[in-house]
Amino acid sequence: MIEFLTQPWSWWFSGILIVSIMFFLLYFGKSFGISANLRTICAASGVGKRVKFFDFNWRTQLWNLVFLAGSIIGGFVAHQFMSNGEPVQLAEATIADLNALGFSNPTSIQPEELFSWEAVFTFKGFFILALGGLLVGFGTRYAGGCTSGHAISGLADLQLPSLIAVIGFFIGGLIMTFGIFPLLF
Amino acid sequence: MKSIKFLVLGIVFGIVMAKSEALSWYRIQEMFRFQSFHMYGIIGTAVALGVLGIALIKKFNVRDNEGNPIVFYPKAKSVTRYLLGGAIFGLGWALSGACPGPIAVNIGYGYLSMAMVFLFAIIGTFIYGLVKDKLPH
Repeated sequence: MIEFLTQPWSWWFSGILIVSIMFFLLYFGKSFGISANLRTICAASGVGKRVKFFDFNWRTQLWNLVFLAGSIIGGFVAHQFMSNGEPVQLAEATIADLNALGFSNPTSIQPEELFSWEAVFTFKGFFILALGGLLVGFGTRYAGGCTSGHAISGLADLQLPSLIAVIGFFIGGLIMTFGIFPLLF
Repeated sequence: MKSIKFLVLGIVFGIVMAKSEALSWYRIQEMFRFQSFHMYGIIGTAVALGVLGIALIKKFNVRDNEGNPIVFYPKAKSVTRYLLGGAIFGLGWALSGACPGPIAVNIGYGYLSMAMVFLFAIIGTFIYGLVKDKLPH
């Protein structure tokens, strides 16, 4: 049991749990979509007085903020009590590609080159995380959802707009990975 | 007290994101380079079971815990906003290695630098709200 908890979980087990969360939310009369919280946070800050897009009763979305807070706690619990501290078992080909870009072999779940404080306090490191955040926040709202809202909830409901959005996710992701990374790193 | 269930679901979600390693920048790179089945397996399993479950909910008119019908609202028909917005999100997803859920989970996991990504994601959403009416949808 302890071994099961501390090892990485398989894709199928993880997939089953994620879709179970989606069904629980449906059963509780809600829908699974995490990026909506970004809009809710803007609305809660009071900018709705000036920007119409944020002028709505954000209190109806409190449940989703609670879910978001839970996910932060979940990350903490997983790291403190359910982690064996091993680095990500990444595909050899990916390690080789990332080495070629100047990344060292994984020693944990995130690259030090991007997420350590040393990296964040360089101009380039700050720029990467800030730009990444801006694109995520802008893009999800423009597309009307992120991975949870479109790739999982939307595709599961066979919604064509979600399929188009997921194709968009990949167009952007591939341009970044193969077009921009070689210039950036 | 009614919100406790959402807190619990969120905690489970955070744990799954961490234990499946979907919160890892490395895993997202592996996915966009098509070098592992892992991320496709996670999303594919969720979608396949989701299609089945939602079809059953619709067929049997399943109701939620308060007795209301579970309804699915079709998303507005368009191509531009989904393709363009999706691509902008995809650029950010590959760069920061995290979508909104995993950004939050990473903060709890101890990657406090992700709080900065989160802050800028809020700013990004705010900018969208400002310029929304000028964009093609």
